[in-house]
Amino acid sequence: MSEYVLEMIDVSKPFPGVKALDHAQLKLRPGRVHALMGENGAGKSTLMKCMFGIYKMDQGQIRIDGQPVTVSDPMDALHKGIAMVHQELQPIPARTVGENIFLGRYPMKKLLGFIPVIDHKKMYEDTAGLLKKVRMHFDPRQKVGELSVSQMQSVEIAKAVSANCRVLILDEPTSSLTANEVDALFRIIEDLKAENVAIVYISHKMDEILRISDDVTIMRDGCYIGTWEAKELTTDKIITQMVGRELTNLYPKRMNVPGEVVFEVKNFTSINPRSFRNVSFELRKGEILGVGGLVGAQRTELMEGLFGIRSHTTGQIFYKGKELRIARPKDAIDQGIAMLTEDRRGSGIMGVLSVADNISISSLSKYLDYGFAINGAKVEKLVQDNVEKMNIKTPSSKTQIKSLSGGNQQKVLVGRWLANDPDVLILDELTRGIDVGAKYEIYCIIEELAREGKSIIMISSEMSELIGMSDRIMVMCDGRVTGFIDGQQATQENIMALATQFE
Amino acid sequence: MQKSASNENISKKIIKTITGNPIVFLLIIAAIVVGFIKDNFFSWANLSNLISNTAVRFLIALGVSGCLITKGTDLSAGRQVGFAAVIAGILCQRGDYNGRLWKFVPEMNIFLVFAIVIAMGLIWGLINGLIVTKLHVPPFIATLGTQTIIYGISLVISDAQPIGGFQRLYTTLINGRIGSTRGFHLPYLFFVAVIFGVVFWFIYNKMRHGKYMYAIGGNEVAAEVSGVNTTRTLIRIYATAGIMYAIAGYLLAAKSGGASASMGQGYELEAIAGCTIGGVSTTGGIGTVPGILVGVLVFELLKIILQFLGVNPYYNYVVQGLVIVLAVSLDIRKYIAKK
Repeated sequence: MSEYVLEMIDVSKPFPGVKALDHAQLKLRPGRVHALMGENGAGKSTLMKCMFGIYKMDQGQIRIDGQPVTVSDPMDALHKGIAMVHQELQPIPARTVGENIFLGRYPMKKLLGFIPVIDHKKMYEDTAGLLKKVRMHFDPRQKVGELSVSQMQSVEIAKAVSANCRVLILDEPTSSLTANEVDALFRIIEDLKAENVAIVYISHKMDEILRISDDVTIMRDGCYIGTWEAKELTTDKIITQMVGRELTNLYPKRMNVPGEVVFEVKNFTSINPRSFRNVSFELRKGEILGVGGLVGAQRTELMEGLFGIRSHTTGQIFYKGKELRIARPKDAIDQGIAMLTEDRRGSGIMGVLSVADNISISSLSKYLDYGFAINGAKVEKLVQDNVEKMNIKTPSSKTQIKSLSGGNQQKVLVGRWLANDPDVLILDELTRGIDVGAKYEIYCIIEELAREGKSIIMISSEMSELIGMSDRIMVMCDGRVTGFIDGQQATQENIMALATQFE
Repeated sequence: MQKSASNENISKKIIKTITGNPIVFLLIIAAIVVGFIKDNFFSWANLSNLISNTAVRFLIALGVSGCLITKGTDLSAGRQVGFAAVIAGILCQRGDYNGRLWKFVPEMNIFLVFAIVIAMGLIWGLINGLIVTKLHVPPFIATLGTQTIIYGISLVISDAQPIGGFQRLYTTLINGRIGSTRGFHLPYLFFVAVIFGVVFWFIYNKMRHGKYMYAIGGNEVAAEVSGVNTTRTLIRIYATAGIMYAIAGYLLAAKSGGASASMGQGYELEAIAGCTIGGVSTTGGIGTVPGILVGVLVFELLKIILQFLGVNPYYNYVVQGLVIVLAVSLDIRKYIAKK
């Protein structure tokens, strides 16, 4: 009998362009909470998806009770006693708690001895038992949509428990919970520990990790860094292990000089109480302001709020001393603000439309003859100027944008915004999914824009990009701004310390 | 060498055009075959008939095309045509006609009636647009609801009776033609269709409204984020559609020499089918005016072919339905294959 209930050994998994996992490992002992830590993109989720059978690993082994096994898909994982509660809960709101828990594996009975029907009575009795086990007291027949987020999470955990799991993966389980709800969750975890379940706990919150976990495994850039007993560790030690990476010269030399303050945000607060709140910052002419933070820090939400995509309750935006009223993106654009959104496919490109249509859509008013007829030659010139300036690789201006590579699509979108000649550019995860060569080209474009006097806000989850490109870095945690760091003094450690400053 | 290479390119292009539009080419071949086995198929009268039928349907299809390109639809098209026909019919009745429905209004100038009918079409279109954008009702359901409402109102207004006794000018003008009666001639409706075709081509290709429409169809969120006022654009699309149905209804009543509430029934499906056969994609963002014209023309051609072959008219519905399903499934296949 092995000491470990489940081991993942020497796991590698390449994605196009990067090695998402590079000889990673994880060894779980029964009855213990094992924290899995690392920066955004360190490979935690990828490793868990390999364990749960969502991804196929290229190399490596999974052993259960010392015996090598293969996990072919999530159903197979459940049969082998592995259950996972995802960060993004996906319940069916209009159905009951019981139906959500037993979805796809309803208890059946035979009506009149031969008609298979769902045994509702048994399903709801079993559900009641499971809810009791996770210390929840609500009606199994209640609709899941009526529950709070933490209750929904308990339903997910109950679902995992119902599979009689031996390994339970909790991915960022507390990201949307209040302090009391976290305590309730921890009581459930203690119960499960007592039943010898091994728990993988993924979180960025240091205090929680140190409070609940027994073992800690740290990953960086897809590699296994090490495993420690939680009691040997401190917050500082964990951060050092998570970030410690050499910076290479991947960034252009910055010659831009920040000038006077042009853009100011005061007390900006979302209508959603769990999102951004009391955010104030200023932005200078010709400045690149980096925005750092962990996934879920509400950076995107904040910027989309400023741009009129999301609503806010209180707060003011000043531009050159004048207060702006922004209800929808068009208002922001009319004031000279541009925003490159995070989700390139979802809210950036219009896939079936041509490169020319995509690049000109937000500046069409500039190419009109007689005030109404679009001058095709002017649009074509815009495309050609951008193709030359940014080295966009496209067969022609009539090519559908979806057939271009990610980097070229991104350049087209940058071109779309530059066509409006904005003074403030908000760039959300500008280089995500773009290969290294194209990244450098895009950095050079950004640096040049700052030199021309444009003000740039750059959200990035890549530490090195933040440090390499920013004049100043604003760090957010859990919807609040936790501090500003001068670009010269920024290190991965001091950014991480601010990014994990939970209340 | 070079010449043969370019010849090869041209033949490749032709093959691609044919395989890309199988329904269009099948029906053209069918028309040629029918033309040779049936007398009178290739006749000026038949051509004139085809043109005037196509012209009216083309206007309706242009109207609905904006809705389709933005991933919506407009099921109220046919009933709006019927409503416009009823209003136009009532207001264009002769002053001395015994069966006049609205005796309290004097005989009206038919151009004034045209303006009134357009204004009413605009109102229906605005209502559709507002329901879709402000109440966020999916276009399918929204227009399914309004088409029932509009039909009900048409029945009430017309008292469910056929309307006749039109002013001479109304019927002769709309049914007018240039050229000789026996030989080659073109109905005025042909020119109406050409004018609107050009106008729509211009709007779709040369004006911001058209570009915004394609952008919404391509990715509505991205369009909004890029500064397109999606609400206003969509309302304009549904309102324009309403105007087009009204014009079609006005023409149709005169063309038939009578109107009733049931006029235009099912035209929304013919228009949607015409658009789809002509390459307007149900997945949004794609569709051209020449394509729509070809689609509508081919669909009308199909009807005439069936008529000449002496097929029981009830079967027409069966065949037309099959063509619609076939057209959409072929369109969807292009996108499934690419995923």
